[in-house]
This record gives sequence, C-alpha cells and structure tokens, in this order.
Amino acid sequence: MLGGMIAVTMHKLVPLPLAILFAVVLTMIVGAVIEIVFIRWLHKPSVLRMVIITIGISILIREIALHIWGESVRALPYFTGSSVSSINLGGVYISSQVLWVVGIGALAVAALTAFFGLTMLGRQMRACAANRDAARLCGIDAKNMVTLSFVLSAAIGAIGGCVVCPITYVQYDSGTQLAIKGFTVAILGGLGNSTAAVGAGMILGILESFSIWVLPTAYKEAISIAILLAILFVKPSGIFGSAEAARLKEF
Amino acid sequence: MLRIKNVESGYGRLKVLKKVTMHIGAGEIVTIIGANGAGKTTLLRTVSGLIPARSGEILFEMKEIGELPPERIVFLGCSLVPEGRQVFAPMTVKENILLGAYPQYRRKRGDQVREDLERIYGLFPRLRERERQLAGTLSGGEQQMLAIARALMARPKLIMMDEPSMGLAPLIIKDIFSIVTRLRAEGGTVLLVEQNAKAALGIADRGYVLETGRIIMEGTAEDLLSNREVQRAYLGRDLDAEGTM
Ligand SMILES: Nc1ncnc2c1ncn2[C@@H]1O[C@H](COP(=O)(O)OP(=O)(O)OP(=O)(O)O)[C@@H](O)[C@H]1O
Ligand SMILES: [Mg+2]
Repeated sequence: MLGGMIAVTMHKLVPLPLAILFAVVLTMIVGAVIEIVFIRWLHKPSVLRMVIITIGISILIREIALHIWGESVRALPYFTGSSVSSINLGGVYISSQVLWVVGIGALAVAALTAFFGLTMLGRQMRACAANRDAARLCGIDAKNMVTLSFVLSAAIGAIGGCVVCPITYVQYDSGTQLAIKGFTVAILGGLGNSTAAVGAGMILGILESFSIWVLPTAYKEAISIAILLAILFVKPSGIFGSAEAARLKEF
Repeated sequence: MLRIKNVESGYGRLKVLKKVTMHIGAGEIVTIIGANGAGKTTLLRTVSGLIPARSGEILFEMKEIGELPPERIVFLGCSLVPEGRQVFAPMTVKENILLGAYPQYRRKRGDQVREDLERIYGLFPRLRERERQLAGTLSGGEQQMLAIARALMARPKLIMMDEPSMGLAPLIIKDIFSIVTRLRAEGGTVLLVEQNAKAALGIADRGYVLETGRIIMEGTAEDLLSNREVQRAYLGRDLDAEGTM
C-alpha cells in the first residue's frame, strides 16, 4: 500500500520508473526506521512478538495514510500499453500488466534465492534465523540482520505494490487482504520456500476463481482464511514440505 | 591471555557465578570441571559476551572485554564452541564452516579462507565428505566436529569448548581430544569445560574445579588427578564406567 501510494503521488512529478524507484527506496527507509524504533530495543525478540508488533504498526501506518491521502482510490498507469489493450498469447488475451506482475515476481524469487543461497550476507541472515546465539558467536551482528530483513521485506512489498496497483488499484487500507493471502500462500508452500510459494499462489488463485461456481462471490475473499486454518490444523509444514524439511525449517 | 577477576553473573535475579577468578596463559590447555549446574556453561557464556558480567573484570590480552557484545569478542580472537553444538541446522556443512570464517572476511583476510578450509578438512575428513549435507542431519559426533570446525575458521587465539564430549561414543571422544592436543601443539590455547573429568585432566596443563558457582580448587592437572577430594567427587564414577579411557 505504502509503496503504491508513494509511487502514485510521485508519478505526478517524475516519470514512472523514477517514481517507483523513489517509492521503493522510501518504503525501505520506513522499514528500517520501524525496526530501529520499535523492534531493536526488544530484549528477546521472538518471531511471534515481532509479528504482533508489526501488525500494530501496520494499523498505525494505515491511519496515517488515511490522513495523508484520504479515502480516494488511485492507481499507477499500466507500465506498457493501457488497461484496454491486451496481448495475444497463443489465442489467450492477457493484459500486459499481468505479464509485468508475473515477470517481476519471477525475477524477485530468483533474486532472493540467489541472495540467500550464494551471498555471504544472505547466509548471515539465514544463520541468524536458524540460531541467533550461534550466529553472534560467529561474529555476525544479529541486530543489523534483523534491520536488514525489515528493509528487504519493505522493498519486496513496495515493488509488489507498485507492480499490481495498476490492476488492483490502491487505497489507504489495501494490503491487509493481500497480507492474509500472502501469509496463506507462504504457509501453504511451507515457510521459507519461495519457489513452492509461487506454486501455492497459483493454487490459491485458481481455487478462489472456481469458488464462485459453488459459493456466492462474497465468500471469495474468505477462501484464503479457510485454507490457512485448514493447513495449520492438518499439515503445518505446507503441502510441498516434507516433515523432515519442516523439522529443520529456517524460520 | 585470558584473566578473569571476581566475576559475577547469572540470569535475571539468579546469581550463578560468585567471584570467579582464574587465568589462562598462551599455549595452555586449561580445563574447568564441575557437576551439573555448577555454572560452567554460564562462565563460558559470560566470557564470550552472550550474557553480561554483573561485576568483576574479564581481560583478554590485557583488554577489558566484560562490556563487549559477542561479535566484538570473536573479532578479538576468542571463540566459543557452545554446549550442545548449536550448528545452523537448515544450512549445509560447508555453509556452516564458511560462516565461521566471517571474522576473517571482516579482518580483510578473506584470501586465507580457502587455505583454512583445506586445513579444517584435513583435521576433519568426515566434514569434507558431507560438505553438501544439511548440518541438522549429521550425527552427534559429526555435529560436534562441525561446531569445532566453525569456531576454528575464525582463527581464534583462544578457543573455549563447552562439553565437546557430551553424548558421544568413546572412540569419537578420543578423536576430539586428540584434536584439542593438536591445537595446542600448533600454538593454540584451549579452555575446555568437561564433565568427563578424567579425560579432560589427562590432556590439560591445569584445571579449576567449579562448585555451585565458586572455584573451590585449582592446580596442575597432575595435582588435581591425584587429589583425593577430586578423585572422590569427580573421578569416582569415571574410574568404574570409563576405566579404559
Ligand atoms: N537461561 C537460564 N535461565 C535461568 N537459569 C539458568 C539458565 N541457564 C542456566 N541456569 C541456571 O544456572 C545454573 C548453572 O547452569 P550452567 O548451565 O552454567 O551449569 P553447567 O555447569 O554448565 O551444568 P552442565 O554440566 O549440566 O552443563 C543452573 O542452576 C541453571 O539452572
Ligand atoms: Mg553446561
């Protein structure tokens, strides 16, 4: 939401790529500030505590956004083409922005996989997640890693927001629904496995679309919560995760 | 090398260490023995910076480190192999070892890492075979070797080991103890915490006996081995159960 909103505002002044860049950087700074102000001083920051605190902060940010931008619905223009033009892919007509979403999504997954698997910094972050004390005994500054993880997720969120907002539009409170879907997809795929999350995302999308055949449309949004609860009860390791892998889960 | 003076520390309101004073000279193997809950782990965690010292001094190479966070202490050259191995379970063996070398990268000695990796694989050939395996799927003995390997990659001047023999078969314990003596032969300094008092005193130069947070005895390894009280309290069971060691 924040990324999309900032990009829309900036787009009045500067060209689109620059506006998106600005929005992403600004959101990253906000992420860093949130971590430094609200999380860093926590004595023993468990993941659950951080999740609860960040949910609280997200409500705060939503209210601030309401004050700044009001209730009006905005959108970025399509990156290429327009909302009525479409591309013919083997007989299927697809809006060009959808291709942008898929492409940038794939790029983000590839970049993250490479970052966490191949770079020293990515490995340091995983080490901190796996065993904080042991990571510190290797000389890794765990607090900085947490800040970095906030900055990184802010960047991903902002990029995502900018890419989808030409299609979905953006408003002061958009994001909550996405957060629930995102969480469902992450759990469905097995936490910490971005490739499986993509597969899980597709499954969720298809289920949602088909649900309108059997259920009133209003229930469409409830599908993800239903799936989330079902998975957490039945198979918390995710549908693609083996029990063995879940035991060693990086989270 | 390491000098600890009247150090007190603990958890919350619980005071575990009471005025602990000890020292380790360069090139020594010093062992701390003591029963369960005596405070051995607490002492090592305090020196390594994981828990703050409430009072007293901790000097590493004449530099006060009592207030420093663990990452700084590691850079200075004092590494801990924590109790229970604490390997990065979801990461591969090689990733674990390379993370241990992080202080070397920070010191701009990244070019030595390759050479160090070969040395470590020479010490622990098993780890080379299992380079790509997830650390969490290693056997207990292999995990202990990995934990030691990871600490050594930082090229510590002093390496502290918390019960490296815990839960391991006698043959593997022998391997690990022979690595410890080899480290001394190569100029290293080791602080070894052990329940297995007989084996530890067998390779150590000096030892301290810790009981309910106090040092109650200190001396050369031979003196402690022949001390009747030590024999009764810490070696009695060992003699029956591990008579072959
Ligand atoms: N995280 C903690 N919080 C509170 N008390 C603790 C904590 N860790 C240890 N203690 C207490 O501190 C005392 C000393 O524990 P410590 O782990 O230092 O003993 P130890 O000598 O290492 O024992 P062992 O040989 O069983 O490893 C114990 O009474 C223990 O209950
Ligand atoms: Mg202990």
